[in-house]
Amino acid sequence: MAFIAEILFTVLTGIALFLFTKNLLKIRRNILIGKELSIKDNPTLRWKNVFILAFGQKKMFRNLLVALLHLVVYVGFVIINIELLEIIVDGITGSHRIFAPFLGSYYTLLINTFEALALLVLVACIVFLVRRNIIKLKRFASNDLNGWPRSDANYILIVEIILMGLFLLMNAADNTVDFVISGYIKPFLSTFSTSQLSIVEHTAWWLHIIGIFAFMNYLPYSKHLHILLAFPNAYYAPLESKGKMHNMVSIQNEVLYAMQPEMIPTEAAAPEKFGARDVMDLSWKNLMDAYSCSECGRCSAACPANLTGKLLSPRKIMMATRDRLETVGKNIDVNKTYVDDGKALLHDYITVEELRACTTCNACVEECPISISPLDIIIELRRSLIMEESNAPAEWNGMFSNIENNFAPWKFSPDDRDAWTTKA
Amino acid sequence: MKVSTMAEFMANGVQPDVLFWVGCAGSYDQRAQKITKAFATILDKAGVNYAILGKEEACTGDPARRAGNEFMFQMMAYQNIQVLNGYNIKKIVTTCPHCFNTLKNEYPVLGGNYDVIHHTVFLQELIEQGKIKFTDSNEWKGKSITYHDSCYLGRANEIYEAPRKVLESLDMELREMKRCKSKGLCCGAGGAQMFKEEEKGDKRINTERAEEARATATDFVASACPFCNTMISDGLKVGEAEKDPEVLDIAEIIAKAIQ
Repeated sequence: MAFIAEILFTVLTGIALFLFTKNLLKIRRNILIGKELSIKDNPTLRWKNVFILAFGQKKMFRNLLVALLHLVVYVGFVIINIELLEIIVDGITGSHRIFAPFLGSYYTLLINTFEALALLVLVACIVFLVRRNIIKLKRFASNDLNGWPRSDANYILIVEIILMGLFLLMNAADNTVDFVISGYIKPFLSTFSTSQLSIVEHTAWWLHIIGIFAFMNYLPYSKHLHILLAFPNAYYAPLESKGKMHNMVSIQNEVLYAMQPEMIPTEAAAPEKFGARDVMDLSWKNLMDAYSCSECGRCSAACPANLTGKLLSPRKIMMATRDRLETVGKNIDVNKTYVDDGKALLHDYITVEELRACTTCNACVEECPISISPLDIIIELRRSLIMEESNAPAEWNGMFSNIENNFAPWKFSPDDRDAWTTKA
Repeated sequence: MKVSTMAEFMANGVQPDVLFWVGCAGSYDQRAQKITKAFATILDKAGVNYAILGKEEACTGDPARRAGNEFMFQMMAYQNIQVLNGYNIKKIVTTCPHCFNTLKNEYPVLGGNYDVIHHTVFLQELIEQGKIKFTDSNEWKGKSITYHDSCYLGRANEIYEAPRKVLESLDMELREMKRCKSKGLCCGAGGAQMFKEEEKGDKRINTERAEEARATATDFVASACPFCNTMISDGLKVGEAEKDPEVLDIAEIIAKAIQ
């Protein structure tokens, strides 16, 4: 009977890790549904981006106050989780604060630091909840977040607050130690007997670790997955000018063969789909972007189309891509391979009107703290609309035919191209 | 004005130092033609040995590509690269950020490798080299101005400083708009929006931007893109104001102050 807690803990840890790994592998499989894209250049610069953009959160500092609050939660979360090591060893072996004797006074310093961070995290999360639910900042009040996404964000913050609270309560109820911040909670527990305190401490300890396991397994379903995917996303962030669009080699060759038939290779190339109609036509990087998105809405807040009331919201583009990819993933789970469900990312998840509103200004790309490009997806869908469906507004068709016939988007004679030189 | 074409240079067996890529707006749009002429005037006065392609120039394919018509883009790119490589062009200057971006970033992979410079950077270099000298009674001195960042110059190619330095070299008072530099708000023309009606919403993008420009209460708005110029000028026509700023391209401003 003595080992029941230890066994229970070990089994719980095993299940939590198993489920988490299983879900991560599923996400990896889903991302790899995307088209191949080789990103192997310049590893030095890419690692630098991981440190600056992901660890350093450089882009977050475009707004200092929010950046600091977010940094507190992030640093707090990472550092306090070092304590998890001890919690896990304690849990498995049945020891109590196993590191304390080894670290001596450093242990007290360490836990005091954790407590200070825990308090800061708690406060920051409350501020975030206020910003979302009471001040109702525009990017959080947006319809993009209606339903589950809005709850998702709030759940994370509430759970974080509870976890930090449990951590402090656990320390406060532990009479063998004395720390600064939990010391302020101790007076509230002064009427408790030693055995009652022990129950409080153990309950807080168990709830805290169960909370952490639950949180870990919640990640794959949540916008909070960015705490993991921000790192690879920063590594694979595009390094070239934002203005450069991805070249379509298939069409480049088609034009080349039309102009220079002698270049046509002997074996005919297989017909290819142009642009993206569904998630499998996007690159794996586009799909990883979708899973990385934290739905913060900085993109949409900066989008000229969105802030003048157009239907387009770059954040929604990312959310729709993830939703569609999840559906396709479930389809594969059930059917082994993807079986056509009569739906596609284009039209069923993202409408023509949204795509047509984009000015390709790159504001969304610039604002994203973790290097997501909603623009890349918009362009690929636009390509499918034009080249697969010939779906263009009449004015664009006019523009295309002017370029084709007059070499300018307007209906002017090519002979007049240099007429400005002779005008008064 | 007399502007030599590449064909003429070639006929004389000489090569210019730089090709001035005029672009479709600069060639055909009445407002943008003034920018083109202003820039050509500056090139003449600064003693730059330049040529244009004239009738041989064609759309870079930018609006087609961004609308999704990759086929059209590739056809235009192929054609232009044939012409440019045929003339052995090494260096290109252009007054259009869209042409600039396409020539600089999107042609190399297709076999068109040139040193491409936007006119604001070119002007800044000419000023620094002392090739552009301003008249003593420079009419811009002390006037207030705000600079509108073109997306394809700014975020797309991270050119934020050159246009501002040019304005400061004229002793103008530069006031920034609420959204500027990497946070600059688009004029609404990019991504082939110039060539279609805006999607429905509660406001036009250019109206929003024009209001920001107006809020700086400056005498002028500087642009560095023919499309931005048109969009902001149109935006300023909406709504009432005692005195609206005049929208001018940086080349037009320099042309008026040059010796």
